[in-house]
Amino acid sequence: MVLLQRPHILLLLIDTHQFLQCWIAFGSANEEGQQQEEFSEELLVKPLPDHKLLAHFHFQSSAPPSTSNGCHHHLFPKAISQLVQKFRVKEMELSFTQGRWNYESWGGFDPISSSNAKPPGVELWAVFDVPQHHIDASWKNLTHTLSGLFCASINFLESTATYSTPEWSFPPASGNVRYGTLPCEAVCTENLTPWLKLLPCRDKAGIALLLDRPSLYRGFYHSQRLHLTSTESKQTLTVVLQPNSERAIEVHASEKHVQPSWSLSSIFGKQVSGRCVLAKSSSVYLLLDRGLVAELKFPNKENGKSAANGLTSENFWSNPSFELSVNPDRIFLEESSSHSKSLSILYMFQVEKYSESEPFDIGLMWKVPVAWLCQQTPLHASRFLMGSGNERGAIAISLKSTQFTEGFMSANSKDGSCELRVDVLQVVPWYVKVYFHSLRVFVDQQPRAVSDFIEKIHVSPSKDKMSPGVMEVVLKLPCRVNTAALTIEFDKGFLRIDEYPPDANQGFDIPSAIISFPNFHASMVFLEDDSLNRSPLLSKFQEKCPVMSYTEVLLVPLTTPDFSMPYNVITIKCTVFALYFGSLLNVLQRRVAEEERFLKAKAAKKTGRLPLLLSKLSAKLRGRRREPLHSPPSSSSFINSKLVLKVILVAGLAVGWQYFFS
Amino acid sequence: MEKVKKKIGSFSFWNWVTASIIFRLILIYFPKNLNLSSRPEVSTPLTSFRRLAEGYWLKQSFMSPYAGSMYHGSPLLLSLLGPLTINRIEGQPNHLLYSLVSVIADVVSAMLIRATGQNLRLAYLRSLESLDLVKQIEVSEFLFSGDIAALIYLCNPFTIVACVGLSTSPIENMAVILCLYGACSRLIPLAAFGWVIATHLSLYPAILIIPVIFLLGCGPDSPPRKLFLQRHQQKEVLNQSKLPPRFSWGPVIHFAFWAFLWSVYVLVLCGISLKQFGGLWEMFKSTYGFILTVEDLSPNIGVLWYFFAEVFEFFRNFFLIVFHVNILFMILPLAIRLRHRPCYLAFVYVAICSMLKSYPSVGDSALYLGLLGWFVNELADMQFSLFLFCGYVGVSLLSPVMHNLWIWRGTGNANFYFATAMVYACLQIVLVVEGVSAMLNHDRKLRNLITGKPQDAKS
Repeated sequence: MVLLQRPHILLLLIDTHQFLQCWIAFGSANEEGQQQEEFSEELLVKPLPDHKLLAHFHFQSSAPPSTSNGCHHHLFPKAISQLVQKFRVKEMELSFTQGRWNYESWGGFDPISSSNAKPPGVELWAVFDVPQHHIDASWKNLTHTLSGLFCASINFLESTATYSTPEWSFPPASGNVRYGTLPCEAVCTENLTPWLKLLPCRDKAGIALLLDRPSLYRGFYHSQRLHLTSTESKQTLTVVLQPNSERAIEVHASEKHVQPSWSLSSIFGKQVSGRCVLAKSSSVYLLLDRGLVAELKFPNKENGKSAANGLTSENFWSNPSFELSVNPDRIFLEESSSHSKSLSILYMFQVEKYSESEPFDIGLMWKVPVAWLCQQTPLHASRFLMGSGNERGAIAISLKSTQFTEGFMSANSKDGSCELRVDVLQVVPWYVKVYFHSLRVFVDQQPRAVSDFIEKIHVSPSKDKMSPGVMEVVLKLPCRVNTAALTIEFDKGFLRIDEYPPDANQGFDIPSAIISFPNFHASMVFLEDDSLNRSPLLSKFQEKCPVMSYTEVLLVPLTTPDFSMPYNVITIKCTVFALYFGSLLNVLQRRVAEEERFLKAKAAKKTGRLPLLLSKLSAKLRGRRREPLHSPPSSSSFINSKLVLKVILVAGLAVGWQYFFS
Repeated sequence: MEKVKKKIGSFSFWNWVTASIIFRLILIYFPKNLNLSSRPEVSTPLTSFRRLAEGYWLKQSFMSPYAGSMYHGSPLLLSLLGPLTINRIEGQPNHLLYSLVSVIADVVSAMLIRATGQNLRLAYLRSLESLDLVKQIEVSEFLFSGDIAALIYLCNPFTIVACVGLSTSPIENMAVILCLYGACSRLIPLAAFGWVIATHLSLYPAILIIPVIFLLGCGPDSPPRKLFLQRHQQKEVLNQSKLPPRFSWGPVIHFAFWAFLWSVYVLVLCGISLKQFGGLWEMFKSTYGFILTVEDLSPNIGVLWYFFAEVFEFFRNFFLIVFHVNILFMILPLAIRLRHRPCYLAFVYVAICSMLKSYPSVGDSALYLGLLGWFVNELADMQFSLFLFCGYVGVSLLSPVMHNLWIWRGTGNANFYFATAMVYACLQIVLVVEGVSAMLNHDRKLRNLITGKPQDAKS
């Protein structure tokens, strides 16, 4: 299209070299690249109920869908685009996480938590656009590439025993998905640096300037994520930090519940000195979620009704309970949602306005104590091990109703039969040998028939050293359920000594189970006047993503053999075998005294055994009967014929041997 | 054995049978089944009840029972016993019907052992008569070896534990005993059936084909043929009727025909039940292949698991071959030396297999200990019998303790348990070696009685 508008370029193209064509196309794309390749950087800050602070960095760059400019990009990370093209990745997500998302106090029913709360360690899933039988090879190559790209041991996901193929319970269910986790992978700054290298400004300018390593890794939760589609790369970093406010120490006991005040410079130790020049948009948001807004409205209860009708920005940033250090550029209000009465508020700050001399630093000062609750998942999921000893055990996944379910139940109680659908995906490594027939369902602490509550179940049992066990269950629970639990028994496997990791006694990790609620979608739709210039973060919030949560990682101690024993075991075992073989053979061919005497007597009469045998043999061969021996009268012929047979047998064997090996 | 002798005197056979059945039923009704079904001594990967239930569950959910590495048994067993693994009667424990089947299998095995034992005893008396040794050996003191063997089998704690612990070894043992019974009483189709089923269930009984051929060819155990010839040459009359029959190929060919027929039948049945799950190749790979490659390294009373957990990957195949060939190596020497005593040969083979097999359980030991009862008269002079008895008692008490220390308490380590397994293997070796030696000495004693030489045959 671009070329058609420029006839002279088109003419040139017709008779020029392929390389030139590529080069010119790239040049022309460069001129209009502002529409095509985009990069935006955003930061969202959200106070959490337990005196902590959530910071969510969102960097998004998109490349044009068809590569008219060959293999060149000017904003989109080249390593990523090569990877996408080479392995034909349709969609992929890689996350490095340290710490565990606290679903109870940090919420589980908002877009941030349902797409950014990840299991500890590394999680990788990918959907490929290749034929079915090439997928595993593509996956293998992809893991190795990513492992090199991010300095992590993602290549351990290469073996078939570590990744699985969920059929339908994994949310991006599109058939060709491969899913693998490494729960014990330690995440550190060496993984963050390559991740930052994918950004056009790295951490030299813009919002990424805030990513100060010591303050990031001091947090309670840290999850860096890379989400790829064929044209888009989203990089997010979610951290939960504890603002260390001096004021909190000064206040006396009665004001303990006052939220700590914070500013960007106090939590990150740095300030934003202007935007990354390559970014299309660069903004910082402050999100006050529904529960908090509902609490904040109490002080000015009298104008609460009027505020609901005609929202003026004045009402919200000059709230008596807190104070912002910087005036927001814009304020977004959430559109009314079905699940909650109150609405969340989003303050937006443009970073463009600030510069080196006047750095951007937003702060929030609380004046009165506030306590609120984040919106939680319909059921709170947790998982634990049962049993003791190193022989067998059981995994239990327990679901507890939260305050959300109560509200949901009361809202839906009109139509008597209300059901809650829960999808469970559980992957277990092969050395945890699960007995799928022992699946039990407990509803409200009563054992119930499995078929009553499980609507669909798909199991692919683990193969030793080949593939992990995957269990996908769709549960249909009544809405007024208080607790539900799934238990399944397992035997602990025994490995060879070289299959144990160096710290074998630490135990083995069972990856998190994924609990998703496909009937619920976490989305936040904010009223915006100009939908053209929409921020990528806000449009991400608008997407309907199913609510899902990860359970804890389980640590299963496995029995270890004695690692220092191989030689002893081999020698002792072989000694016992020799004892068996030798003594049994000895018994079988032993002659007792009387028999020996008999044989000796026989031998004494003859000059030797060999001449006797030879003469016998020659006699046999000549076809003449040898003169019968006188000494052993009757049984001798019996023995003689046997001896001859033996000799012939041995000779035959020898001839055969000679013939065979010559 | 001495104890059993005295007990037989005071109690009748049937009292003991009833007592052992009642004891089993009481144990079955214990809550949680005393956790016997998950003991490593009872349930190996091949005989475990839970794995059978898992295989049945997989089959019911339209998956191959061999998907996953759980079930490694026969598909026929799955069709027959699988339905018993789930709760059939309300309010009763899940395993009730299955345990009853095991009890019945045990009783049937005991009855077959008894019948075979009586058969063997008659054959022995007959051969003594034809050797004119009835006066020299006090026949009146001869024990009813069939009864003793049956009681040893029924009252052996190993058998009881295997039966109550819901393993499939009672069924496997029954197939082996059926084969020997059929061969002893010349029911050739039955012998062929037993042999085919036993081989199908656990592979190792395949080598029993040699004793079965001897049994069918020359009849049950008797002193060596040479003795008869010597005896008659001494008396200088050749009474053909008193000689044991020469080897006849007729019944053997008959047996081969029936064995072929039965194995085709079994394979067809397996093929039908596995038609949509990968067919027979899948079955061979995950039953026989699993037995031969020792993939599962969970502890058992054998010695291979720890060896293959510790040995270097590079040598694994070499040692797999060495250990399996060790069983085969001994077949020929034993067959040559004990060919006149096919039942005893069968006992020795069974004992060697249960000692060297990849996943042994106490059920296998129960079988050969039961068969040992057939030869109480011949093996009366066996050495070390008290030592062996104490050894068996000691190991069966120590082994669970060591297992507990290692697995449950974590205070011991694997070497503790492996040591008991080692001792157990040594005990079985001593039993086999001494047993064979005692039987050979018995034959020497008979020959000395015939030739009238002084008894210096003790080794």
